Amino acid sequence: MGTRKCKAPPPTLGRAGTKKELPEHFRDYRHVWVFMELERGQVHPVSFELLGEGRRLADQLGVQLAGVVLGPPGDSTMHAVAEAFAYDADLVYLVEKSLLTDYRNEPFTKALTDLVLTYKPEILLLGATTLGRDLAGSVATTLLTGLTADCTGLDVDADGSLAATRPTFGGSLLCTIYTLNCRPQMATVRPRVMRMPERSTKPIGRVIRHDLAMCEQEIVTKVVGFLSDGQSENANLAYADVVVAGGLGLGAAENLELLKNLARTIGGDYGCSRPLVQKGWMPVDRQIGQTGKTIRPKLYIAAGISGAVQHRVGVEGADLIVAINTDPNAPIFDFANIGVVADAVSFLPALTDVFIRRLAPRNRMRLVN
Amino acid sequence: MHIVVCMKQVPDSAQIRVHPVTNTIMRQGVPTIINPYDLFALEEALKVRDYYGGEVTVLTMGPPMAEEALRKALTYGADRAILLTDRHFAGSDTLATSFALSQAISKIGNSFGTPDIVFTGKQTIDGDTAQVGPGIAKRLNLVQLTYIAKITSIDLGARTITVERRSEGGTHVLNSALPCLITMLESTTAIRRGSLDDALRAARSQIVKWNAAEAGIEDITKCGLRGSPTVVKRVFAPTPRAQKASQIDTTEKAERDVADELVVSIFAHQPALRHELSSTGSA
Repeated sequence: MGTRKCKAPPPTLGRAGTKKELPEHFRDYRHVWVFMELERGQVHPVSFELLGEGRRLADQLGVQLAGVVLGPPGDSTMHAVAEAFAYDADLVYLVEKSLLTDYRNEPFTKALTDLVLTYKPEILLLGATTLGRDLAGSVATTLLTGLTADCTGLDVDADGSLAATRPTFGGSLLCTIYTLNCRPQMATVRPRVMRMPERSTKPIGRVIRHDLAMCEQEIVTKVVGFLSDGQSENANLAYADVVVAGGLGLGAAENLELLKNLARTIGGDYGCSRPLVQKGWMPVDRQIGQTGKTIRPKLYIAAGISGAVQHRVGVEGADLIVAINTDPNAPIFDFANIGVVADAVSFLPALTDVFIRRLAPRNRMRLVN
Repeated sequence: MHIVVCMKQVPDSAQIRVHPVTNTIMRQGVPTIINPYDLFALEEALKVRDYYGGEVTVLTMGPPMAEEALRKALTYGADRAILLTDRHFAGSDTLATSFALSQAISKIGNSFGTPDIVFTGKQTIDGDTAQVGPGIAKRLNLVQLTYIAKITSIDLGARTITVERRSEGGTHVLNSALPCLITMLESTTAIRRGSLDDALRAARSQIVKWNAAEAGIEDITKCGLRGSPTVVKRVFAPTPRAQKASQIDTTEKAERDVADELVVSIFAHQPALRHELSSTGSA
C-alpha cells in the first residue's frame, strides 16, 4: 500500500498527518449522512443505531449529521423526518414522491445519488438490511466510490478518513478498511451491531427538500404484492431481549420443541446456528451469526452450540451469554459468561422447569386464568 | 435464452483456523469450494434453462486453480465455463471486481449471445459483502433483483419476469423485465446431481480462459488494486474475552439442582432479568 502514500499533505482542513491526497473535486465533500430506512411506514431501528454512530463521527470531525429520508408524501415520511431529529440529526434531506412508496432500486438509487452529487457528504452510512445492501451497492457503483459492508466498528482517523472495521475470513479476523481518493466514504452496518442511542425530544429542525426527476413510466420494476411473514413466524430475533438458540447438540429436529418451550417460558425468541439451517430444521430467518442475524439481547442461552467464530460474531453484543454444551473444551465457553457442561437435550427441560418455578407467582396466576 | 451465472471459488470457511500465536490465517490445507450461495443460483439457472430452453454459461474470476470450480459447475450441467484470470485482477475490491466481471459478461454476450439473466449468489461466504451483484447490474444497466426467493414466471415473448423478493418481515412480489440480474437466496432445493453425460463432458471440456485483454478490458487501471477505492489497512485478531465462562459445577448433582444454580447465577449477573423474564413470561 506504500504506493498510495503521498508526501505532500494538503495544509487545508487542518488534517494533520495526511497520508493521501484527496483529489481537488472531493475536497468540498463534508458532513456525515445516515440513510433512514423507511419501509411500509416504519423506520427500521438500524437507522437510529446508525444515527448514534454518525453523531459520534460528526462530532469527531466537527461537521454536521444529516438524516436522509426518501418516501411518499404523508405522515409516515414526516414521522421518519421527526425521528431523525429525535435521534440527534442536525438536518434532514428529504425527497418526497409517491413513486418512493415501496422500495425499488431504480428510483431510490437515483434519489440518493442525486442528493450525494448535489450536497456532497464525506461519509454515508446505511443499514446492512436487504434494502440497504441493495441500495448501497448500486449507489456506490454509480458514484464509483468505496463501500465497506457489515462494519462492526467505525472511527475517524487522525487525518479525518473513515476507518471502517469489519470481520473477514468468516469472522476469524477483523480488518480495517479505508476509502482512498473517493467520496463519499460509504459503509453499511448490520442491525443490532451498534448500540441503540437515547431518543431525545429534539424538535424538527432544518429540512432540505430535493426533487426527484423521474416518473413511474421510467421504472421497470413494479411491486404487485407483499406477503407478510405474519405475527407468528415474524422472527424479529435481532431485537429480542431474550434469545435461546440451539445447535447440532440438540441431536434431532424434534428436540427443537425443548428450545421453543424454554423460549416461551421466559418470554424470549428462539434461533439456531448455521448447521441447523443447512439441515433444514429451521428457516434461515432464525439463523444467528456471521451469515445470519446479529443479536444483542439481555440474555442469550446457547444450547448445544459449539461456538465457532462465525457464531460468536453474531452474539457477542449480548449482555449475558449462557452456554450449555457437553464438550468442556467447546469454544463457546471462551466467550460465554456462564457455562454448564451438560447435554442440552436433558438439561433444557430441567432449566425450563426451574424457570417456571422461580418466575413470579403472578405469572402462574395468569396462566391459570 | 442465455443465462450467465457468476460464481466464486472460496476457502471453506468452516475449516479456516487462525494461528494461536501469530494471529494469521492458516491457509495451508484449507480446501476450496464453490461459494455455497452460488450453487443455489446455478441450480435456479439450470432449472430455468431446462424449462425455457437455452444455455447456461458459468463465469468466475480468480487464480488459475479456480478452473476446478468451473469444471464442477459443468458436471452439474452448465453448458460453458469461462475463467477470467489475470494477475492485474489481484487485490480487486468489489468495485473493481464488478468492473472486470461486467466487461467479461459483455464479451460473453458478443461471443455467445446477449444474456437474458445474470445470476449471482446472494453473497459469498468469504467476503460477505453482497455488493458485486448490484455492481454488475449497475454497470451493465440490468434490472437489479436481489434476494430473490423464487422466480414465479418468465414470459420470453413479452420479456417480463415475476419474482418473489425477501425483504425485512416479508416477501415482495415484483413484476419486472429482462434482461435482469438476480441474486439468489438460499433455498431448500440443493444443487442437482449431474448426469453421467455431464460428468464425461466436464472431464473433456476445455475451460475457456480469458485474461484482461481477452475479456475486452482496455483500461487496466480500473482493475485490481489500482481500480479499488478501498484498501485494507490493517488485519488483526478480535480481542479475546478476558475471562472464560464461570462454570456451574455439575459433578454428582441432579440436573434439576444444576439448573437451579444456573438460574440463580443468571439473576446474580443480571438482577433486572428477574423482573423482566417474569413480566413477559406468560406471553
